[in-house]
Amino acid sequence: MNKSGVILKKKSSPHGVKVPERKLTAGRPIERAPLPEKAVISLHQNLGAPGEALVRRGDRVLTGQRIGDSDKFVSAPVHATLSGEVTGTTMVINPPTAQPVEALVIGSDGTDEWVQLEPADRPEDLSAEEILDRIRQAGIVGLGGAAFPSHIKLAPPKKATIDTIILNGCECEPYATSDHRVMLEYGDRVLSGLNIIRRLLSPQSVYIAIEDNKEDAIAHMEDLIIGMGLEETIKIVPLESKYPMGAERVLTKLLLNREVPIGGLPLDVGAVIHNVGTTKAIHEAVVEGRPLIERVVTVTGAVKDPKNLMVRFGTPLRTLIEFCGGIVGSANKVILGGPMMGFAQFDLDFPTVKGTNSVIVKDDSALAEQQCIRCGRCIEVCPMRLMPTALARYAQAGHYDLCKEAYVDNCFECGVCTYACPANIPIVQHIKVAKRELARRAPRK
Amino acid sequence: MKLQRAFLVSPSPHLWRGISISRIMYLVVLALLLPTGAAIYFFGLRALAILAVSVAVSLLTEYLCKKMRRRAFVMDGSAVVTGMLLGLTMPPTVPLWMVAVGAVFAIAIVKEAFGGLGHNIFNPALAARAFMAVSFPLPMTTWVAPRGLGLDGLTSATPLSGDSVWQQFDPAAHQAMFLGNTSGSLGETSALALLIGGCLLLGLRMIDWRIPVFYIGVVAVFTLALGQDPIFHILAGGLMIGAFFMATDYVTSPLTNRGKIIFGISLGVLTVLIRQFGGMPEGVLYSILIMNAFTPLIDRYTGEKPYGLVKRAKDAG
Repeated sequence: MNKSGVILKKKSSPHGVKVPERKLTAGRPIERAPLPEKAVISLHQNLGAPGEALVRRGDRVLTGQRIGDSDKFVSAPVHATLSGEVTGTTMVINPPTAQPVEALVIGSDGTDEWVQLEPADRPEDLSAEEILDRIRQAGIVGLGGAAFPSHIKLAPPKKATIDTIILNGCECEPYATSDHRVMLEYGDRVLSGLNIIRRLLSPQSVYIAIEDNKEDAIAHMEDLIIGMGLEETIKIVPLESKYPMGAERVLTKLLLNREVPIGGLPLDVGAVIHNVGTTKAIHEAVVEGRPLIERVVTVTGAVKDPKNLMVRFGTPLRTLIEFCGGIVGSANKVILGGPMMGFAQFDLDFPTVKGTNSVIVKDDSALAEQQCIRCGRCIEVCPMRLMPTALARYAQAGHYDLCKEAYVDNCFECGVCTYACPANIPIVQHIKVAKRELARRAPRK
Repeated sequence: MKLQRAFLVSPSPHLWRGISISRIMYLVVLALLLPTGAAIYFFGLRALAILAVSVAVSLLTEYLCKKMRRRAFVMDGSAVVTGMLLGLTMPPTVPLWMVAVGAVFAIAIVKEAFGGLGHNIFNPALAARAFMAVSFPLPMTTWVAPRGLGLDGLTSATPLSGDSVWQQFDPAAHQAMFLGNTSGSLGETSALALLIGGCLLLGLRMIDWRIPVFYIGVVAVFTLALGQDPIFHILAGGLMIGAFFMATDYVTSPLTNRGKIIFGISLGVLTVLIRQFGGMPEGVLYSILIMNAFTPLIDRYTGEKPYGLVKRAKDAG
């Protein structure tokens, strides 16, 4: 049905749920958010080790200057996202871990003066080591939300054989449209970044997974692929719009029919998966020498004028929400990330971080929890084929050992069980508690 | 700028599908309205009185039990469903006070004593009916012909209690049984009304197809193998109401898909065995109660293989 052969047959999963999409901003071109008066740069914006400050109070910093880093293996540096003076440090709560982390406060001088960038004269001549080094120096982490340092994902252990790269443009979370807009407006950079990681990993197959609610992005990426003459190399796989299609393990199952072993990573089944925003950042780092200091954030929900914004990290949520006309109505919840996996925030001074793909303002109310009626809906929707109701019951009773026996570690906390639960049981929360408790008890290696 | 406000912080997800327990229960009530209407049509206002007593006493009992247990009474609709199901399994002439006793037993003993909704082992309506059958044997087995036969008030054998009809293929009898124009418990006589209600629940995905399909399918195949009339067996007694409304009760049936298939097949086999070789004419009630007891065991061994399970990891060391 398509002549180019780039677009493969649409795939779907028997699990997951149809969520209301609410992509209010799908048609809104990316706008640049205003520079804040001060940026609060968390030193811990990756899944690995926190960084240490490289600058002190009173130092003048330039946009793009490295200001925090760690010598730990799994880590990524952070950079100043505007020019000005370091006015001090503060503590912010790191959303995924709920732990307080140190952050540097930079007062803007309003000039946005950049460090000297070092573009690659001939990017195609860079060695693999040079490419990985540029990616690390740029502080690139997975922009899909997990914030895993990209240079590590791109340097798999010797014994791992990677035969497939999956570029993830699913964006299955409701509301979020940042990946969508990145594909439409920066598709060339996305593919350039993809080509860079193709060089690093030399895979046999390269797929771009996009949900079928983004027809324009599918068509645009197809055009770009044909324009680059890569129609034999890069294939687009449309996916039925369903949550959580964009989860890594769901993608390996759907596209490759391979299941990531429990406790393993996609590379254990030969796949490396990158978000479209990440490969855009990889292009900018490798070709232009630009560090990762901004990203597209969808600011949406109950704001006057929902937008897709190019946001410097460290910009307070307040600045973004005010730029979108403020909160309308009685909305009482601010979510960092998507509504299915994101974190509710109580403080509008909280800064955006690398993992922030959307800021959602909405109305919500605490629902009364009832007893499980054993309807089985959580089991039906679980993409990991677990028994969420049993896991929640064990966790509530403190039987964490039983949780472990029931493969609680396999849960990646997508939240479909809780979404579908008629008894309003916070199943995912119980599971998170069990996982944290098991991790705490596990003997340290 | 109205940015000074207290924000709600709660764990993800921040969206909810919006299908609540009460919505599920009231959809079941909706699906039961047609069989209820059929019961009133065939057995008169007495059917309505029985159902009203059953539902009212169920609700009142639940309210009092929650008070005694110092728990919040939530109008989740489950007691209404139990009351309706109990009422629909009553013979048309049963004294109303017996219905009330049954409803108290269903809610206070079978449900609340085990911890309330979600914790009961047995289907409350069925267990209460079994209790009534042993407590009040005569009133619980006195049947009258429906009004449609023009024999109002006359005692009459149910199709299953007369041996003679078992092996004959009789289209006229099939039609009467399909429509409900036969003697029996209030809500079980009209297969048509039950089928429409059951299909409504299936269509709305409130119940899973596996239990009713395997249950009814196995009864058909098994009775055919025994040289009997499968259509008669499907339409007779409580099979339709049992397969669609009782065996599919979430709380007392397996959670897993494979478990539901095992449950359905076992129910079919047990029902035919009891009808054929047991001391009672009907086997649906006891089949379901027996299988209710096996539900936890079935769940334990029929879970799906989790995603990514290669080999059970040995303990570290």
